[in-house]
Amino acid sequence: MIGFLQNVIDAISLGSLYALAALGIGLLFGVLRLINFAHGDFISVGAYALIVPPLQASADVTAQMFIGRWPLPFMLVATSTIVIALAILCYLLLFRYLKSSSPPTLMIASFAASYVIQNVLLIVYGAREKSVNLWPSLIQQVDIGALHVAKLQLATIGATMILMLLLTAILRLTPLGVQMRAAAEDFRMAQYLGVRSNYVISVAFAVSGVLAVAVSLLFVAQTGILTFQMGVPLMLFAFIGTVIGGMGSLVGAAVGGMAVGLAASLLQAYLPGEMRSFRDAFVFTLVILILIVRPTGLFPTRAFTERV
Amino acid sequence: MPLIEVDDVHVNYGRLSALRGVSLNVEDGEIVCICGPNGAGKSTILKAIAGGVRPRLGAIRFAGVALMGKAPEAISRLGLSFVPEGRHVFSTLSVDENLRIGSYQRRDRTNINADRERMLELFPRLRERLKQPAGKLSGGEQQMLVICRALMTRPRIILVDEPSLGLAPQIIGRVYDILLDMRRRDNVTLLINEQSSERVMRVADRVYVLRNGVIRLCIRPADIADGRSLKSAYFGFDEPQETLQKGAQQ
Repeated sequence: MIGFLQNVIDAISLGSLYALAALGIGLLFGVLRLINFAHGDFISVGAYALIVPPLQASADVTAQMFIGRWPLPFMLVATSTIVIALAILCYLLLFRYLKSSSPPTLMIASFAASYVIQNVLLIVYGAREKSVNLWPSLIQQVDIGALHVAKLQLATIGATMILMLLLTAILRLTPLGVQMRAAAEDFRMAQYLGVRSNYVISVAFAVSGVLAVAVSLLFVAQTGILTFQMGVPLMLFAFIGTVIGGMGSLVGAAVGGMAVGLAASLLQAYLPGEMRSFRDAFVFTLVILILIVRPTGLFPTRAFTERV
Repeated sequence: MPLIEVDDVHVNYGRLSALRGVSLNVEDGEIVCICGPNGAGKSTILKAIAGGVRPRLGAIRFAGVALMGKAPEAISRLGLSFVPEGRHVFSTLSVDENLRIGSYQRRDRTNINADRERMLELFPRLRERLKQPAGKLSGGEQQMLVICRALMTRPRIILVDEPSLGLAPQIIGRVYDILLDMRRRDNVTLLINEQSSERVMRVADRVYVLRNGVIRLCIRPADIADGRSLKSAYFGFDEPQETLQKGAQQ
């Protein structure tokens, strides 16, 4: 029983990360119908931001942290600023010109952006992975009854809940949020009512940048490793989460991301030993089953049928 | 100076031409209707004015300001509100949020609540359902909502595309009551598309008849002696019986 609860907490903590990443993807899909494959690279850049500026030769394995050693609030602001700047730059230089393009065109453009960002990381920091030691104190465990839980897992779950509540509050209660929801539902109509498209989309990019940074930090604190492609698998799993949840629905993205994390983590724990290395095959079998039963996802929207 | 000037506007959808040199104008405070059969290009004119489609040729001015090339949100902020055909409520937003969306661009913050109150007085049904998702409203209620929402931007002119499409007759009457009431109270200019010419003849100051992307006729309803010129403009031929009789006489 205790073992099972332990595994569930692991699973929720991984699910939280995927849910956060999926929200970032879902948000941009909502307002722009963009499936942003560069989101994974926003996550990578958020992690590399910890060692900005590159103080030593890029061949070193142990990275020297700079921003990463600042007090927490400053660090959060600095890393967020870097990734928000990147996200807005992607919009201004690329997606702004493709606003009225079809979703496949936008998606392919995001692949391009993704490769550019990866290669910039490669040029600046080199291909060798780097180890960083972020928040070492969070490795400690706390005991809840007979459960031993790493503080980091609690922090991950807590940070995810706070960010989700914050995002919900912004979307529900502020004029900006109402405009974003309106634009996500019927972009042209929102424009006819004076909603500024550039403003709303820029904000969506910025918010998805902040969500990416949260994933970066929590993920790096867990793995302790920076690689220039570190965000890619996160993006893939999170994207699958948004598909399961129903493209265009933020609730769906959060639930779908969480579901993918839960499935991956629990399969890892309970598959018989020799089958564990094929875990992803089982995860994706589940994904296929869900999509056969509910092709439009768990929380269907009109995203694909409505837009002209 | 007319409030709206459309000057020799051509619009193409791909290789299909929807408007072929349309010119029309709307004076301040007027009610102008555009009527014509399905596919005549009525919606395209309104979309072109509101910035939804980009004309291939021509000029459009609103109170003297050239609109061509401006984004829809910029045109809306000049005081021109467009209600497209088909009741585009934001169905997942509450009725109240739908109403407020129109007011975010306004600078006269103080009057917003008063305006909202007035809309809700006119439509008690909307007040009852203020917190409900707009998608749950009936078709007629949704039409009321989109018109109220457009009025919440405090426009100088409101363009309404097919306000009566798919509505029960008594609701159509109500929609027109509201539109006329708005004009009386706020001096809002109206440019309305309708397929049926009967109703527009009763409310409009002037009527344009559009067919196949060309304006065929511009009349004042008061000047119509019989419906013949209107009918031939609308349908593109004289009344068949008449032609037959003429043929027989010769």
